[in-house]
Amino acid sequence: MSVEIEEKTAPARDPRRPEPRPLPLVFERSGEGKVGYSLPPLDVPGAVAIPAALCRKEIAGGTEISEVDVARHFTRLSKLNFSIDQGLYALGSCTMKHNPRTNEEMARLPGFAASHPLAPDALSQGSLELAWRLERILAELTGLPRVTLQPSAGAQGELAGILMVRKALEKTGKPRTTVLIPDSAHGTNPASAHFAGYTVKELKSNAHGTIDLDVLERAMTEDVAALMLTVPNTLGIFEGQILDIAKIVHARGGYLYCDGANFNAFVGVAKPGLMGVDVMHMNLHKTFSTPHGGGGPGSGPVAVCEALVPYLPRPTVERRADGTFFLDYERPDSIGRLRTFLGNFGMFVRALSYIAAYGNRIGEVARVAVLNANYIRAGLSDVYHLKYDGPSMHEVVFSDKKQTEFGVSNVDIAKRLMDYGFHPPTMSFPLIVHGALMIEPTETEGKPVLDAFIKAMRDIARECEENAELVRTAPHTTPVKRVDEVGAARNLVLRWRP
Amino acid sequence: MKFLPTSDAERAAMLSSIGARSIDDLFAAVPAAVRRGPDLPPPMSEIEIRRFVGGMASKNANARDTAFFLGAGVYNHYVSSIADQMLYRAEWLTSYTPYQPEVSQGTLQNIFEFQTHICLLTGLEVANASLYEGASALVEALLMAERLSRGKTRAVLSAGIHPEYRETVWTYFSNLGLEIVEVGLGKDGATDANALAAAVDERTFAVAVQSPNFYGIVEDWNSGSAAAKAKGALSVAVVAEAASLALLAPPGEGGADIACGEAQSLGVPMHNGGPLLGFLSCRTEHQRQIPGRLAGQTKDAEGRRAFCLTLSTREQHIRREKATSNICTNQGLMALASNIHMSLLGKEGLREVALQSHAKAQYLKGEIAKVPGYRIPYTGPTFNEFLVEAPEDAAALLARLAAQGILGGVALSRFDVKDRRRFLVAVTEMNERAEMDRLVAALAGRPA
Repeated sequence: MSVEIEEKTAPARDPRRPEPRPLPLVFERSGEGKVGYSLPPLDVPGAVAIPAALCRKEIAGGTEISEVDVARHFTRLSKLNFSIDQGLYALGSCTMKHNPRTNEEMARLPGFAASHPLAPDALSQGSLELAWRLERILAELTGLPRVTLQPSAGAQGELAGILMVRKALEKTGKPRTTVLIPDSAHGTNPASAHFAGYTVKELKSNAHGTIDLDVLERAMTEDVAALMLTVPNTLGIFEGQILDIAKIVHARGGYLYCDGANFNAFVGVAKPGLMGVDVMHMNLHKTFSTPHGGGGPGSGPVAVCEALVPYLPRPTVERRADGTFFLDYERPDSIGRLRTFLGNFGMFVRALSYIAAYGNRIGEVARVAVLNANYIRAGLSDVYHLKYDGPSMHEVVFSDKKQTEFGVSNVDIAKRLMDYGFHPPTMSFPLIVHGALMIEPTETEGKPVLDAFIKAMRDIARECEENAELVRTAPHTTPVKRVDEVGAARNLVLRWRP
Repeated sequence: MKFLPTSDAERAAMLSSIGARSIDDLFAAVPAAVRRGPDLPPPMSEIEIRRFVGGMASKNANARDTAFFLGAGVYNHYVSSIADQMLYRAEWLTSYTPYQPEVSQGTLQNIFEFQTHICLLTGLEVANASLYEGASALVEALLMAERLSRGKTRAVLSAGIHPEYRETVWTYFSNLGLEIVEVGLGKDGATDANALAAAVDERTFAVAVQSPNFYGIVEDWNSGSAAAKAKGALSVAVVAEAASLALLAPPGEGGADIACGEAQSLGVPMHNGGPLLGFLSCRTEHQRQIPGRLAGQTKDAEGRRAFCLTLSTREQHIRREKATSNICTNQGLMALASNIHMSLLGKEGLREVALQSHAKAQYLKGEIAKVPGYRIPYTGPTFNEFLVEAPEDAAALLARLAAQGILGGVALSRFDVKDRRRFLVAVTEMNERAEMDRLVAALAGRPA
């Protein structure tokens, strides 16, 4: 075993605590002859019937390790992570809410986890029913008639939505050339529009951080296929003129796309379909509580208006008059497939279980999420700068403007917050707020937690004035100290080598 | 509500701090005309949810209760209890993308290890943190090759690539001005090498071949790579059954520039087709065009080894419409499951799984070939899946078998293939000889 430990002269340490050292890689724990698996003896003849030229000899560098070592390795590694079960995860736009464990149990039922997407429809009635029910519920919540569950995550949902718009426009004339996207939008919006073959035109936000109707009016030409709008926008501000925005877009024959990443702000309270939204993706891993899992899996269903229904990805899940369900592949105008099979089905199970727990009271989610964000805003707006002061919905975007006077940046504040036991806000986004600190508490934080968070942020603001160095050198209590991200990109080491 | 920790009294106190009379006041910006609650049933208790959702689960056939031979892109391989139970740990399950490395070293080191495993298996130098699944991984690989080609417009795809992967490529390519040429299979079931070479021209940016291909045939990576190299295109290796990588020649050794596909077989349950686990690996010289997240090794302020996401300037949150991909959330937790699985089985276990899957499939293929009326149409070598031609409509036959508790295969009619008598049979280390014999007996119309 070769554990690479960097010997460096470090500042004087507490002699009672041994030098912390990095955990070895799983490959560095490996030792010849160790075994971590057991398989039954082979019950058929065992010859390889593939020409040797098409086979490999061995997996050079592969591990040899016991189950005990694996259990310890991954348990120790896990303890280096912050998680929502540990405390408030202030990441704006990410909707880090509690992940109910019933949902995990439901997704692991053998009828789901050990079922195969290509089993005959007659033997998949449970999965088809579940997908159908989830679609109906999401249609009800969005106020739009149909939903595809196929997209694997929000970004793929965006692409699916814009591809449907494109196909619909093609059918009635030309696909047009341009998609309008406000300067406050998520980066996935322009990237998705680009991969759908569109040129992106950025819409400048007004002094309130929202859409300027005159700017939109001028930009909304006959070349524009769609406006991609995040509702509420990434500042957490609801576009109060949404009905006028929809009118302008529709008057020129365009479609209104809603980025539903922020659906948590109004789920169960208001319906996008009534706002004039034509197509909208949702993130089951945000609004509907499916776990983020350190970066996925997600799921990005897309709800569409009647005019876009023919273009839904195929297959769709349909119910016959006798109550049985089937997959409909006969959809000649479909944009096609975005991936294999039905989508991230395991996420459908979790989302449906979650929605069932709230039922017709799901609006409470949005109501408390908005209450919590406004409570944080009220608790911090005298110490942190608020560039756009429109009414906040589920998140609030401060900046480091006051703290930069003391030579402290938003990054430093974020790192210092780790020492207080909170996950930092989203930083430097949206791009229209310099030094942004974007905070989304979600509805699953209670008042004592919010009070502690507010106090931590206020304490840090004071530290910026009194002891800026303490903040600039943060974090001080995390498993590793500030990580050299520039060095990582300059000297790329992307894998272990045998 | 049990997921809402705020009491009514606390809400009142909070509203008073905010200076609002009611929560409704906070929604003032939302026009009254669009406010509408949903028409949904009342909330369910945990017990009721278990009944409701569990009731649906019980209507599905599953691999634990049947003799199970379904594959075609999703396989029923062994997953150790620890690989799943580890996923329940809140630190893995309920953490976000590791944008803040100081509080995410677990996730980051996991990604780094996953990347390494994928490199070792595919014989390439750089792998990303995961992609959604196999089909979109192929799309990303092709788009990457297109960027590297600087202006070429044609992708040549083997017809042996999974039909849903090819359909996905069509969806993505339809509006990007790119051309797709599909090359058919020879009598042995492998991609027709001559037709492949003929289809590649100077405009071609990529040649993609799948092995084992959709019909189970083991392809020679070198024929796709040679066809690509002859015209300056990149060779893309597609793997839909990643368990095969432990036995078959790795794509990198066969001249592939990019390997991509589906790694569900390596530690991820079937999940009714999702979540799965897309992967992509490439050569070092192309690493700056790789899509998706990458974890890199670096140091912390005290000089200790640490990890962070790197080369982010390729990604959508920085580069927006000029990004290498629109992907953001990927398959983090599935990559963890897979890292645990690959680490646990290791070089010997992964190979043993592949050998057993292959040996059992060979046995079953031989036995089915002996049943009167049944034929193995392709002669090429197979790994753990093979095509069977039945004397009758395959879907009807398989429905009959299903009634006997045997999920005997996947009818090609699921994939718009004209021939209605053919079906795919997949075998893994999970299949016992006795259930294979049951399948054979059922096909022969004998009592098992």
